[in-house]
Amino acid sequence: MTMQHVATSSPTEVEKPSVWRRIWQQDAPGYLFLLPWFIGFFGLTLGPMISSLYLSFTHFDLLTAPRWAGVDNYVRMFTNDPKFAASMRVTMFFVVFSVPLKLAFALGVALLLNRGMKGLTLYRSLFYLPSLLGASVAIAILWRQIFAADGLVNKFLSLFGIIGPSWISNPNYSLWTLIVLSIWQFGSPMIIFLAGLRQIPQDMYEAASLDGASKWRQFWKITLPLLTPVVFFNAIIQTIEAFKSFTPAFIISGGTGNPINSTLFYTLYLYQEAFGFFRMGYASALAWVLLALVAVFTAFSFLTSKYWVHYDD
Amino acid sequence: MTDAPMKLTVVGAEAPIWRKRLLSVVSHGLLIGASILMLYPLLWMLAASFRPENEIFTSASIIPSSWSIDAYIRGWNGLRTSFSVFFTNSFIISTLSVIGNVFACSLAAYAFARLEFRGRKIWFALMLMTLMLPYQVTLIPQYVLFRQLGWVDTFLPLVVPRFLAADAFFIFLMVQFFRGIPRELDEAAMMDGAGPWRIYWKIMLPLSTPVLATAAIFTFIWTWDDFFGPLIYLNRMSDYTVMLGLRTFTDSTGMSDYGGLFAMSVLSIVPIFLFFLVFQRLLIEGIATTGMKR
Repeated sequence: MTMQHVATSSPTEVEKPSVWRRIWQQDAPGYLFLLPWFIGFFGLTLGPMISSLYLSFTHFDLLTAPRWAGVDNYVRMFTNDPKFAASMRVTMFFVVFSVPLKLAFALGVALLLNRGMKGLTLYRSLFYLPSLLGASVAIAILWRQIFAADGLVNKFLSLFGIIGPSWISNPNYSLWTLIVLSIWQFGSPMIIFLAGLRQIPQDMYEAASLDGASKWRQFWKITLPLLTPVVFFNAIIQTIEAFKSFTPAFIISGGTGNPINSTLFYTLYLYQEAFGFFRMGYASALAWVLLALVAVFTAFSFLTSKYWVHYDD
Repeated sequence: MTDAPMKLTVVGAEAPIWRKRLLSVVSHGLLIGASILMLYPLLWMLAASFRPENEIFTSASIIPSSWSIDAYIRGWNGLRTSFSVFFTNSFIISTLSVIGNVFACSLAAYAFARLEFRGRKIWFALMLMTLMLPYQVTLIPQYVLFRQLGWVDTFLPLVVPRFLAADAFFIFLMVQFFRGIPRELDEAAMMDGAGPWRIYWKIMLPLSTPVLATAAIFTFIWTWDDFFGPLIYLNRMSDYTVMLGLRTFTDSTGMSDYGGLFAMSVLSIVPIFLFFLVFQRLLIEGIATTGMKR
């Protein structure tokens, strides 16, 4: 990176290296390496963010120019849109039940595996497989069959003389089939929990045992507090993922969110508004409400984290 | 990998041997039961794709009464366009995405991990913030942009962002790895007159094959699985990916030909499963060290 001729081009700054040369030598390589990312950041992230914020205050059908609408979209959303309310309820219900249950499974299995079980690697791989496959359309198709009226679940129930409903087309159960699908993919948080459990120093348990602390007490007083950073991390990642979940609900309900909007995920509703009805302005407003929701949740988690997350350094 | 199980040495209270044995049997029993419960649906789908059509809805077992590959032949040509087209498209998009991600993300990660320049911390913080950003927020303007560029109904909207390091997650992953490479190596190379590009190309990349491979595999799998992107940008059946093909199958013939649908579903996850078989250690380590979403 020698560009001497740049420096010598201005005779007044012969003694000290010119500003441009310093910039070139110090800063240019960094910015050159970041060039692709910069184009992406400004062209595909920041620019579109600003313009979707603008679009959220307009009516826009993609074919004609956006028409300014003020806060109409937001007002309609919160006062006069039952589908918005339904999608919000569905998504919240999904987040509130799927995330804690998934994490509880992940932690439970991780604890069991961490007791020095033989075959740890095999179990870990088997439990991880659904996580890797879970987002696939194929799995959603499989799920739709498993929970159908003549599906696998009801086959098993019939062994015990129980005639199960059609879980998928019954609005009382349809969302639960998606929650079960989410829990089924507990493998990746489980792996993170396992890695976290390895970090806990063994001498703490030995000291606790010497003092006569039971296993139960050791879990509550040592394992769980020292694992809270991992719990925190997993909870944030899984919650954001749950808010963004789309494919399973789309495939299982055939893109409708039915029966009676019981699987109308927020993202699915947004998709319908944007690409079904071409209400791009309204869909942009929906996107910003989602962003606000995720931001509030994240900020809230970080703010409260100092009361329950244990950091030792 | 260090899989040496950790022993909880209980000093003081000696648990009787029979109790330990019982506990171990119960634990294994639980784990084996859970494994079977979790994998049963997958095995059942595999079996369903091989069994006679009339047996699919009557049998819950995972062993077909007779084996046949008819469903695969029916499914492969079950739509107007054959699945060979969908598989080719998926492979093209996934492979290009892998190249783009590995290249663009490693460039950015090198700058963040090793180079000194003004504003680095701010850009790094902004990059981390994009990790949390739901894609819906940029979705519509991006669509408008790609539409104006005439890119709708091409693979470009799915591939070009990868060459612009749009998956910040992988930048973060690589930054973490690059920081672990001893700085002495760069400094020695700098003494010998190597510039940043040569250090990146001759030192960083060769020493980073594990993280580059992890990024490549996850990019391939996630792109292969991606449904939303192709759903929005690809409308012609000749451009469809495997996931879009499957979805069309459920719309049209799926209701009658479940065998064909399951056969194609099985085939669609075969590439992912192969990656899992070959690279599971790399995948699991990647998740354990960085905490990936899936």
